[in-house]
Amino acid sequence: MRRKGVNYSKFGYIFTFPFVLAFLIFSLYPILYTAVIGFTDMQGLIPKPIHILDDPFGNFKDLLFDNASFRKSLLNTGLLWILNFVPQIVLALLLTAWFTTKRLNIKGQGIFKVLLYMPNIITASTIAILFSTLFAYPMGPINSLVQALGWSDAPIFFLQDKTTARGIVAFIQFWMWYGNTMIILIAGVMGINPALFESASIDGANGFQTFFRITLPSLRTILLFTLITSMIGGLTMFDIPQLFLMGGPDDSTLTTSMFIYGQAFKGSYLYNRAAAASMIMFVIAGILSGLVFYLMRDRDAARIKKAEKKYKKSLKTAAVEREV
Amino acid sequence: MEKNQKSGAINLKISRTVIYIVCILLALLSILPFWVMFVNATRSTAEIQSGLSLLPSGHFMSNLRVLLDKSFDPIQGFLNSFIISASATILTVYFSSLAAYGLVTYDWKLRKPFFTFILCVMMIPSQASAIGFYQFMYKLHWTNSFLPLILPAIAAPAVVFFMRQYLLATLSIEIVEAARVDGSGEFKTFNRIILPLMMPAVATQAIFAFVANWNNLFMPLILLTQKEKYTMPIMVSLLRGDIYKTEFGSIYMGLALTALPLFVVYFLLSRYIIAGVALGGVKE
Repeated sequence: MRRKGVNYSKFGYIFTFPFVLAFLIFSLYPILYTAVIGFTDMQGLIPKPIHILDDPFGNFKDLLFDNASFRKSLLNTGLLWILNFVPQIVLALLLTAWFTTKRLNIKGQGIFKVLLYMPNIITASTIAILFSTLFAYPMGPINSLVQALGWSDAPIFFLQDKTTARGIVAFIQFWMWYGNTMIILIAGVMGINPALFESASIDGANGFQTFFRITLPSLRTILLFTLITSMIGGLTMFDIPQLFLMGGPDDSTLTTSMFIYGQAFKGSYLYNRAAAASMIMFVIAGILSGLVFYLMRDRDAARIKKAEKKYKKSLKTAAVEREV
Repeated sequence: MEKNQKSGAINLKISRTVIYIVCILLALLSILPFWVMFVNATRSTAEIQSGLSLLPSGHFMSNLRVLLDKSFDPIQGFLNSFIISASATILTVYFSSLAAYGLVTYDWKLRKPFFTFILCVMMIPSQASAIGFYQFMYKLHWTNSFLPLILPAIAAPAVVFFMRQYLLATLSIEIVEAARVDGSGEFKTFNRIILPLMMPAVATQAIFAFVANWNNLFMPLILLTQKEKYTMPIMVSLLRGDIYKTEFGSIYMGLALTALPLFVVYFLLSRYIIAGVALGGVKE
């Protein structure tokens, strides 16, 4: 019953209005604008009127088929992401299993969590430059350490080798993010019904069985969510590779974000090409967020819909069978 | 049977020892790079070149002097970063809470589509729209202004999503109705009653919003070209330039100065931060 016919529904619109307005101005319009620029010949420092290319998809074609640097940046981004995500998720799962197994009763979890998460909160720019200074050649802390331990007689030029440069960038990303992933996974395990673990231990399941048969399947949604957010984060990887080696040596740590930045803002003003590259990135991110959306949709509603469909189908087949 | 139990106990002891060793090594891995950074900030470049040390030395002041002589202004950077991060954080938490409250409390026609829309745009990276955003701001003559770094914070889809989940779990509609009976307007109810109730969620999201804005490099790097507008991360990037090429002591000093405020905040608030990360992951 509505009291005195007051209708409050308009407040729903009023309270969400600032959000919608800011989104339209600062997100939607720039995205559409970027998309349009991607089809134009907009280059150079002085802004020109919008002029769509005769071949509207020219910039996209150039990027995808003729631009080795862009393809390399996509490849690098994927490679750096895989190199940091696989060890990250493995270590995070291992630590989660250790910290949540009651039988092991690991003490000091609070302090371990605080320390392992710590690199995540420090400015990535600071960390990138810190690591490039730590790996300095010919004399830097890491080189001193390597020589003190007797692993190498001559100083190693870590940052000139493509493999070690990529390896270090991937390691920094891994080192900054595994603590975050671990805390999320531990929270996920805490959310699992304890009765499941109890009945498993009554049935005599050992640690491995419990982990692979109960913990992992229960964490499925959280794992997928972590995977996709990490993929989108990896897609936009910028700070660490940009400040660590500026993309070098020989573009081996050049990521897609750095490519966009480099085309538009480092003296060449190729806004159209950068915009086309952003749109390609946007499409990839869009596909990935579509996946997240699919994961987080209202599950019960989806189940009811599915059941309805099944029911209708069974009615249909029943009817067909009757006709036969 | 007894023997079995005994070997089980020994196994447990071994695995616990291994686990503690691994965890302590990982903790050291988190600490050591920063430790070396702080220690080297107090050592002279010659000392740094001559080898690794974990103990501080006495060149703190000379490093600082070299650092500040070369157009590195950490106080200005700190102030700029603080103005941007604090304003953006306030806008983010206030308007996200407001939107989430509107989403949870009122029954309006576009409620469901709006929520779907939030889920859809939650993951859009800012890099994807950077070119159009820059051109747009250029036309408004807003480059080298803090506004384009602050105002977009009003629309933070992920924070709205988080706040909505929090309100769904904690808000009882009776409070709102009781306030209405007492003659409180809708805005007043939100500002005076609901917002204080949401404080735990607001505090968590505020910490993360602040840190994310503080650490942001991409957008400020594109928009700010005047030296006196530089934020902390851009300031840090100067340390990699040619001017400090051989002055390792002052490079470490610059890094230490930029990281220090974050360490202080982190160790004061680490409990809440860890709890916040854990909450953020439980998205069901």
